Amino acid sequence: MSCSRFLGSVGTIIIKCKDLRIIQLDIPGMEECLNIASSIEALSTLDSVTLMYPFFYRPMFEIVEDGWSAFLPEKEFEVLSSVTDEWRLSYINKDFSICPSYPPVVIVPRSIDDETLQKVAVYRHGGRFPVLSYYHKKNGMVMMRSSQPLTGTNGRRCKEDEKLVNATLRPGKRGYIIDTRSLNAAQQARAKGGGFEQEVYYPQWRRIHRCIERFNILQESLIKLVEACNDQSHNMDRWLSKLEASNWMTYIKEILTAACLAAQCIDREGASVLVHGTEGTDSTLQVTSLAQIILDPDCRTIQGFESLLVREWLQAGHPFQQRCAQSAYSNSKQKFEAPVFLLFLDCVWQILHQFPCSFEFNEHFLVTLFEHAYASQFGTFLGNNENERSKLKLQQKTMSLWSWVNQPEELKNFQNPLFEANSLVIWPSVAPQSLQLWEGFLSGC
Amino acid sequence: MEHIRTTKVEHVKLLDRFSTSNKSLAGTLYLTATHLLFIDANQRETWILHHHIAAVEKLPLTTSGCPLVIQCKNFRIVHFVVPRERDCHDIYNSLLQLSKAAKYEDLYAFSYNPKQNESEQVKGWQLIDLAEEYKRMGVPNDYWQLSDANRDYKICETYPRELYVPRTASKPIIVGSSKFRSKGRFPVLSYYHKDKKAAICRCSQPLSGFSARCLEDEHMLQAISKANPSNRYMYVMDTRPKLNAMANRAAGKGYENEDNYSNIRFQFVGIENIHVMRSSLQKLLEVSGTKGLSVNDFLSGLENSGWLRHIKAVLDAAVFLVKAVAVESASVLVHCSDGWDRTSQVCSLGALLLDSYYRTIKGFMVLIEKDWISFGHKFSDRCCQLDGDPKEISPVFTQFLECVWNLTEQFPQAFEYNEAFLLQIHEHVHSCQFGNFLGNCQKEREELKLKEKTYSLWPFLLDEQKKYQNPLYKPSFSPNLTLLEPNTVSFNFKFWRNMYHQFDRSMHPRQSVYDLIMDMSEQNKQLEEDIKQLEAKIKQKRGRSDAVLVKEHQQSAHPAPVMLKTPPFFKKDQPLIPLNDAVLIFAFAQWCLTRLQREVSVPCQLLSALHLLYQLDSDFPLKNILYKLVLYHTSETNITDNIGKRYQFVIV
Repeated sequence: MSCSRFLGSVGTIIIKCKDLRIIQLDIPGMEECLNIASSIEALSTLDSVTLMYPFFYRPMFEIVEDGWSAFLPEKEFEVLSSVTDEWRLSYINKDFSICPSYPPVVIVPRSIDDETLQKVAVYRHGGRFPVLSYYHKKNGMVMMRSSQPLTGTNGRRCKEDEKLVNATLRPGKRGYIIDTRSLNAAQQARAKGGGFEQEVYYPQWRRIHRCIERFNILQESLIKLVEACNDQSHNMDRWLSKLEASNWMTYIKEILTAACLAAQCIDREGASVLVHGTEGTDSTLQVTSLAQIILDPDCRTIQGFESLLVREWLQAGHPFQQRCAQSAYSNSKQKFEAPVFLLFLDCVWQILHQFPCSFEFNEHFLVTLFEHAYASQFGTFLGNNENERSKLKLQQKTMSLWSWVNQPEELKNFQNPLFEANSLVIWPSVAPQSLQLWEGFLSGC
Repeated sequence: MEHIRTTKVEHVKLLDRFSTSNKSLAGTLYLTATHLLFIDANQRETWILHHHIAAVEKLPLTTSGCPLVIQCKNFRIVHFVVPRERDCHDIYNSLLQLSKAAKYEDLYAFSYNPKQNESEQVKGWQLIDLAEEYKRMGVPNDYWQLSDANRDYKICETYPRELYVPRTASKPIIVGSSKFRSKGRFPVLSYYHKDKKAAICRCSQPLSGFSARCLEDEHMLQAISKANPSNRYMYVMDTRPKLNAMANRAAGKGYENEDNYSNIRFQFVGIENIHVMRSSLQKLLEVSGTKGLSVNDFLSGLENSGWLRHIKAVLDAAVFLVKAVAVESASVLVHCSDGWDRTSQVCSLGALLLDSYYRTIKGFMVLIEKDWISFGHKFSDRCCQLDGDPKEISPVFTQFLECVWNLTEQFPQAFEYNEAFLLQIHEHVHSCQFGNFLGNCQKEREELKLKEKTYSLWPFLLDEQKKYQNPLYKPSFSPNLTLLEPNTVSFNFKFWRNMYHQFDRSMHPRQSVYDLIMDMSEQNKQLEEDIKQLEAKIKQKRGRSDAVLVKEHQQSAHPAPVMLKTPPFFKKDQPLIPLNDAVLIFAFAQWCLTRLQREVSVPCQLLSALHLLYQLDSDFPLKNILYKLVLYHTSETNITDNIGKRYQFVIV
């Protein structure tokens, strides 16, 4: 975003960046200034993805390990199959026809065949049938994620869905469904054809509603937060009330609380968990990925965290292109814009802040991911799902962020020198007194 | 002891303050003459000093027993449930009596015996020498001198005996000025800036009313401004809000009229009074103590309490003061009403920003001793050491510590001390365990004979200073710029969780970076020591070695390749490679050096080397080195087992 004004023969261009930096350029000569301003304007609002930087970027470094093939689902599944044979890879979505926002390969219970999956997909919003998100080696409990069931007002049921969901339960054990909407919102969703799992049909499951805010409300929150941070003249009361009004910290607490709940069900209660909201592409992923960071020490390493992002965000179909289009300074209201991923990174930072020795990566790594999610020379965060990415031929035409990050000399910048592998589950405190404003991503302000 | 009816109650429950599910720990409660002690089923002990207790409250009886809530001055809050009401009542009454001393002699400091002999006690009190401190600042000098006017506390009871004033301020001027100042607290030197030749002076408000003036007082201020050759203007900072200062005029007090004093610039800075601060803290604690607090309730509670606003106001005032001194080389006279609360805050913070000495452990003690203790901050009244007027209580000193904490957060490398140091000082300001903070002024302390009957806190803190060291401290931090220029935008002020929730462990970060760095630097020090020892040994051995050995040694100037050929030592049956010992020691020393970079995997050659060393010299500190080695080598916790194994193995 840029704007220009003139004072005498010196023109000033103010560039407001997606990484929240604000840069002021004073350019002598009216015409030059106008030219530059209009070029910036035009180049920063390209509407075709294929005109973006990743398609023109030529790396100056040698690719040691191609990031595009660093985290293949088959490889990840090998690890899983070494501890349990209760799961299988399904290629039912290989041409993206069953669920456009799912990857070609997903992990499902071995006892469920593709035919059943097909029926379940019809019953779930956007075809997002329940798939495995995380297997807790310690006790064999699992976390699944999906979208809402399409029960509608007349309470439609789907026996295949019930079968699939129940297949994840141990005999005689109960599970928890964590719905990331309030009960009210979930009930209202029925009018639009959506809904939630009814107790009668899912007697072995206990449903818990944990409201996590969505879309434009989150975007408003980010805009207000950045505004508050940009005005240094605020007195203490005004600053605190602006910070409060942004609700940013409230959302952080909401998300962390829901993630802790999911982790608690799995680790403490020894129960399996199914997480979903409406589409299962936003708050659902925040919860499932944070729960894994709490539970699984592997996710706290650099490679493990990258793998988590690939699995739970990129392949799981978080619509990065829609959510991370403009960042906080946009004038135009983007309907689908929302800092869902940024909030997730902030939550990771909160845990990192409370367990500073348990993460192999540092704060800089998180800030870098934030910046690349919004604007990058790499193709990793382009597109809204694997389907779009394969159509764009990103693997062939662009570079993966991981190819760059995982070079030894780059990795050095992201490593936490205090890291000592901690194999334990790490429970963060979510008390307001324990949460802090993450200044790292706001340092551009 | 006469207050204690019940000394022990069993089956008492300690509730978790923030748990919504009423989590609790069962245990036994003991009442001693000085402490309340709770030992839970896991044998964990919670000690609460009676003097730390700010309030005891008995809540209505419940089915599980009688709840007793104890609030402490160090912000600990404990919630007990005592099974029998009778016991609860006894303890409640005892604590009410024990927590409020009627006279100083009942305070813990008078019975506390740290097993020091008399000379240690005397030496402890001599640790901080303010005359020495003024000398360090560069006074007396051509402009400033020690005045004996208050030698017998005749002019001002709440000032110390030794006061520094401008040389041109004669005794009549001092006496006259003191009569025109509230409580006789006339302008005196608090800090002298050698390079700028500017002074920070402090006093109380003038008794100016609506129009009164005092020639001696005007002369006094003139003397101060003249004592600064770099700038003839001086600032007079009234740290109160203007309205408060004006209201004081009606009571015959007030502030300086710029027309009557030549060359002064008068400035209000608007720090609120002790009563506002007390209720602000009260509100803050109410908010932070709420169960199941939401983020927005926390933030709006924080805002409504005004606490951070007050902290910012104090620091802003100090920044203003420092600018005047550092940028304009101007002297500044600071006052509030009586000149012992806000004035102490602003003068001490100003000095801390100007002078890096006060950012060292010893220097901070000196600063507190000077601007707070000697100049008569009323610790006894403000911290409620004796059962007194609750309206006199105020967290003025706590605010000072919080301002310092905020600075340590902004300048993590500028301070020798860490947060634990600030917290420990706060703890002892209220504990009444040491004599330093007892009473309201020096005169009172002398009358109490504190130096004979109690101990000074400072030597104890110095003894355990390792705990209080900031591992990130760099004395060379901005070497040519000892001045700290904090950014006081609101954004930078944070809620001090470790102060107000010090005892609520569940709220704290679960791992401490500082502790880890401290441990690591400690290990490094040890290793460096070992290297020194080894190097000394090398020298020694070299001296003894014959020509052949020397030749051999020279040939292997790079011993590493030779070493690499060494077969793995871990196989027991393999013979040791006979290498000459000097090479080995040399290699080992080198290895130690590289190891300081913190890598893993131990070269097995090293073990061979050690073996040889051990054979050559049985008093070689083998065990010590092996310990280090294993420490680096394994992440297992049972290090001692490992030492045993390897050790044995090596000497086989």
